Amino acid sequence: MGMVHRVLVNDHDVTVQLMPTFVGCPALELIKKQTMDRLQQIDKKNRIHVEFVFDPPWTSDRITPDGHQKLKQFGIAPPQKSLQQLPSCPYCNQEDGEILNLFGPTACRAIYYCRGCKQPFEGMKVV
Amino acid sequence: MNNINDLRYREVLIECLYQMADDKLLLGHRDSEWLGCCPDIEGDVAFSSIAQDEVGHATFYYQLLHQLGEDDPDRLAFGRDASKWRNCMLVERENDDWTYSITRHLFFDQFDQIRLQAMCTSSYEPLQHGVKKMIREEYYHLLHMKTWFKQLGRAGGVATQKLQQAIEKLWPDVNGMFSFAGIEEDLLRFELIQLTPTEMRVKWEAEMKALFQQANMSWPGEFPQLKHDGRKGEHSAALKTLLLTMGEVYQSEPSAKW
Repeated sequence: MGMVHRVLVNDHDVTVQLMPTFVGCPALELIKKQTMDRLQQIDKKNRIHVEFVFDPPWTSDRITPDGHQKLKQFGIAPPQKSLQQLPSCPYCNQEDGEILNLFGPTACRAIYYCRGCKQPFEGMKVV
Repeated sequence: MNNINDLRYREVLIECLYQMADDKLLLGHRDSEWLGCCPDIEGDVAFSSIAQDEVGHATFYYQLLHQLGEDDPDRLAFGRDASKWRNCMLVERENDDWTYSITRHLFFDQFDQIRLQAMCTSSYEPLQHGVKKMIREEYYHLLHMKTWFKQLGRAGGVATQKLQQAIEKLWPDVNGMFSFAGIEEDLLRFELIQLTPTEMRVKWEAEMKALFQQANMSWPGEFPQLKHDGRKGEHSAALKTLLLTMGEVYQSEPSAKW
C-alpha cells in the first residue's frame, strides 16, 4: 500500500513510520497492532515501535503495482491516476463503469457499477 | 516566527486548535445524526462517511492539543461544559431538513478549505502536515455539497423553495465562521495562518457567488452582524442538547477505560 515511510533502527529499538491513508481512518490502531505483532514474530531481540507520520502525506499513487494486484484480488478496484478516470471492474475487467457514490463503506473507498457484469463494486479513492 | 516556548504563541495556537477541533467534531456529530434518515441510501452512506472524516479530523486536532498539555481528547470531547466550546454557531445548529444540512455543510466546507489552505505553510509543523493531508480528503466533501446545491437550485419546485429557506436561515450564521475571537492578529504575526479573516471572507464570497449563479440562486446580500459569537463561548441551547446526547455514554461512567 506504500504506507511505510521509513524504518529507523537505534540500538535495540526498531521504529516503523507509517503514513495513514486517511487522517480519521478507524483501522489505524489495528494496523499498528498487526505491524507490531508481525514484526515481533520475526524479530524477537529488538523492541518494535510503530508511529504514524503525516509528512510526507500518503497519496494513492504510492500504492505499488503489486499492491494494485492484491487490491483487485480482494475485489477492490485500485485507484486511478485522476478522479476523471473510472476504474475498471475488479471482477470482469470491463472499463465501462459508472460512479454510484463517491462515498463508500470506508473513508478510502467509493462505489461504482459495472455495466459488463452488472454488479456494483468498490474502488479506492484517488487522494 | 515559531517559538513554541513563547507563552503567547502557545496560547494562540491552542485557542486556534480548539476552534478547528470543535467546528469539526460538532459538524461530524450532526452528520452522523443523518444515519438512516437521508432521502436515499447514497445520501446516507455519504453523510456517514463524511461524519467519520470530520470526527477523525477533530481527533487529530484534539491529539495536538493533548500534546500541548491540554486534557485527554475523550475528556475534551465528552466532558466539557458548553461555555468552553470554541466552534462557530453554524455547526451547532440542529439539522433541520436535509437541504439545510447540505447547505450548511457547503458553507462550512468552503470556509474550511480556505482556512486549511491558509495554514499550508503554518509555522507549527505538526499542524501544517495534518492540514496538507486533510485538504486532499475534504475535496470530496466539497464536491458532494456543491453538486447537490446546484441540483437543488436548478430543480425548481419544492427543492428550490427549501434551498431558498435554508440559505435565509443560515445567512445570519455565516459571519460567525470568520470570527477568530481576537487572536487573528497574533495568528498572522506568528505565521500560524497566512490570511486575515476579511481576506478569507472575500475568497469565500467569490467562490459562493459563482456557485449561486450556477445554481440559479440569488445572492442574499450583506451578512448580518453577529449577535452571539460561538468562538467566544456564546452558544445556543442546541449545543447543550447536543453535548448531552454525544456525551451520554461517557458521562454514565467517566472513569471507565475504553
